[in-house]
Amino acid sequence: MNNLLTVSPSPHVSTTQSVNKLMYGVILSLVPALLVSVYLFGKGALVVALVSIASCVLFEAVIQKYILKTDIRVRDGSALVTGILLAFNLPSNLPWWMIITGALFAIGVGKMTYGGLGNNPFNPALVGRVFLLISFPVQMTSWPLPLVSRFQYTDAVTGATPLGFLKEAVRNGEAVPEVMKQLPDHMQLFLGQMGGSLGEVSAVALLLGFAWLLYKKIITWHIPVFLVGTVYIFTGILWMIDPAKNASPLFHILTGGLLLGAIYMATDLVTSPMTKTGMIVFAIGIGIITVVIRVFGAYPEGVSFAILIMNAFVPLINKYIKPSRFGKEVKHV
Amino acid sequence: MLKTFTRGGIHPPEEKLSAHTSIQPLPLPVTAIIPVSQHLGTPAIITVNKGDIVKTGQVIARGDGFVSANIHSSVSGKVLKVEEVTDVSGYRKTAVFIEVSGDVWLESIIRDETLDKKIKLTGEEIISKIAESGIVGLGGATFPTQVKLTMPRGKKADCLIINGVECEPYLTSDHRLMIEKGAEILVGVELLKKALNVTVAHIGIEKNKPDAIQLLRRLALSHKGIHVHALKIKYPQGAEKQLIKAILNREVPSGGLPVDVGAVVFNVGTVYAVYEAIQKNKPLFERIVTVTGKSIRQPANYRVRIGTPVSLLIQSAGGLPDSTGKIVCGGPMMGKTLINSDVPIAKGSSGILILPSEESARKTIEPCVRCAKCVSACPMGLEPYLLMPLSDQKNCDRLEMERIMDCMECGSCSYICPAHRPLLDFIRLGKMQVGKIIRSRKL
Repeated sequence: MNNLLTVSPSPHVSTTQSVNKLMYGVILSLVPALLVSVYLFGKGALVVALVSIASCVLFEAVIQKYILKTDIRVRDGSALVTGILLAFNLPSNLPWWMIITGALFAIGVGKMTYGGLGNNPFNPALVGRVFLLISFPVQMTSWPLPLVSRFQYTDAVTGATPLGFLKEAVRNGEAVPEVMKQLPDHMQLFLGQMGGSLGEVSAVALLLGFAWLLYKKIITWHIPVFLVGTVYIFTGILWMIDPAKNASPLFHILTGGLLLGAIYMATDLVTSPMTKTGMIVFAIGIGIITVVIRVFGAYPEGVSFAILIMNAFVPLINKYIKPSRFGKEVKHV
Repeated sequence: MLKTFTRGGIHPPEEKLSAHTSIQPLPLPVTAIIPVSQHLGTPAIITVNKGDIVKTGQVIARGDGFVSANIHSSVSGKVLKVEEVTDVSGYRKTAVFIEVSGDVWLESIIRDETLDKKIKLTGEEIISKIAESGIVGLGGATFPTQVKLTMPRGKKADCLIINGVECEPYLTSDHRLMIEKGAEILVGVELLKKALNVTVAHIGIEKNKPDAIQLLRRLALSHKGIHVHALKIKYPQGAEKQLIKAILNREVPSGGLPVDVGAVVFNVGTVYAVYEAIQKNKPLFERIVTVTGKSIRQPANYRVRIGTPVSLLIQSAGGLPDSTGKIVCGGPMMGKTLINSDVPIAKGSSGILILPSEESARKTIEPCVRCAKCVSACPMGLEPYLLMPLSDQKNCDRLEMERIMDCMECGSCSYICPAHRPLLDFIRLGKMQVGKIIRSRKL
């Protein structure tokens, strides 16, 4: 034997998991929701997704090469995930240049200013979405109807989301049970037959992705379950107090971006807490803020704001909520 | 429900390649190289001179002080020289070189292998004979056994725990010993019970060794107060604190010893050595060593004399493959890499693992994605992702506050990290810094 021996400290074996595999696992889990989206919204969904993905990856590569002057690491797949998630948060008729602007903000400001992968305090895709929502409120809240005009992109027939419709109706003093009759039933909501952003409409596709993420151990169940659970309990209480003014908890869970946010955005590894207890606190916080915005706020939807607000609390959560140490009692040596 | 510890833990592939290979005696080396510091504590003081003729089992170095251990010659022959060698730990240590001729054992050693169940000695006599026989923890920590058996003032153990977990991947020496010397091990347990003056002993074995569990359970029927527990497979269950938690559901306090919760833990190899020392007058000069690795032709378990060069073991197992990139002494999680194969086997060497070059190099380090897998994996409830940068910054106050000294270096964090970050390397550096500060405070 003439090759030299490697001498290194233990451990000498390591997991077969890698950052790339984690990212591509997330991407694979997003495929069902993307397919449903293309089925419901047709050409528009495809254009939005492709523009968003391409611009996110491109911006990350350009910033790494020319501004940060580091190696181009877009192959780790994280920009791809941001691209898909940003697209999932946009209506399928959003003009292409707005998507590119959103992608630039998401990657440039939301991620690379902090130093790239692993360093950003806020979920980049949500940073992009909220930037667009504030900059272009009209275009960001006109939603193409599902299964109608699937071959159109910017000139699709639009309508309100169930949450938007509900908010408007409640504001006009209509009774919720009456409003509900004009909205899709729970089964249609579960399958995704409603207006909304690309990826948020189909609960069944999102749950399929959730199962895959759990099976692959990419995320744990804590954040999604506690987030959805909090929304269910909070809206349930409001509903029991006054069913004429409030929608049922199931309606709240199946509409808007709640499941998308709970499964994909709140569980973002980089921007969620490090301990299980921390994750639970984080999830409950998001749930409460979401309901407060939806029911009492000006916006019909509040998941993305809620997640970004709680993202800001993550360092604090990590500082004060520590894992339970082995041997709590400390013996002074 | 199988018992296990509650916090953290990982499941590396088990790779117990040599689980069904019986223990074979290894031929004697030409020259035995016996370091005088094979234990935790003060090195022993050499009592032989160059040119002396020694017998197998004869003392060649006396333990110096309380925390130390006697060293015995593992072969018969002539003392060639006393010189420094690089030992399994990678440090230079003084060693006695003995040129082997024949195999003449001390007359006092009973070489007849029949089971001797009769306990003649008192507890104190057992402890002093264990000290005389140079027995140390054979699980790898090599802490002198008589020290563990001597209770600190005001402390009392209520039970004995026997570690047959062998949670390190690849290693099978304890497994084979339990199958082949089960009856002797149980007598050893009785001896230790008597030495500690306790009535209860628990043997913990992970469920991937069903044959050992079954055998010891059957044999334990004829002993009073010996319980055999099947444990869930989880690394690092063989760590003292984790094993106590798994079996007794008691937590050793941070900075404390097992006896603080009334337990004393011994490895099955140590128990067998105690049996041999007390019942057969045989001091510790040989042990079971697994030679293994996916590229090794015949993974095997050998009975090896202390001081045998590693190269002889590898040769017997089919030679060193050309693809070899790393030789590890111990298991893949906590073992130490050897700088060459001339290093002698010591009391704490449980296995020799050969890794091919493609598995030897570290993987490329990527940015931390804060996936929290290291936090979930840490059996001590620490936050490796946080300890790494704090160690890098030498922020000792924070490190101590974050309980860095609780880390037992099991390597679960480095193993599980998908970004392949060298968490444990940095934590070790941090521990060194903080340890220095803690020691200086005592002065």
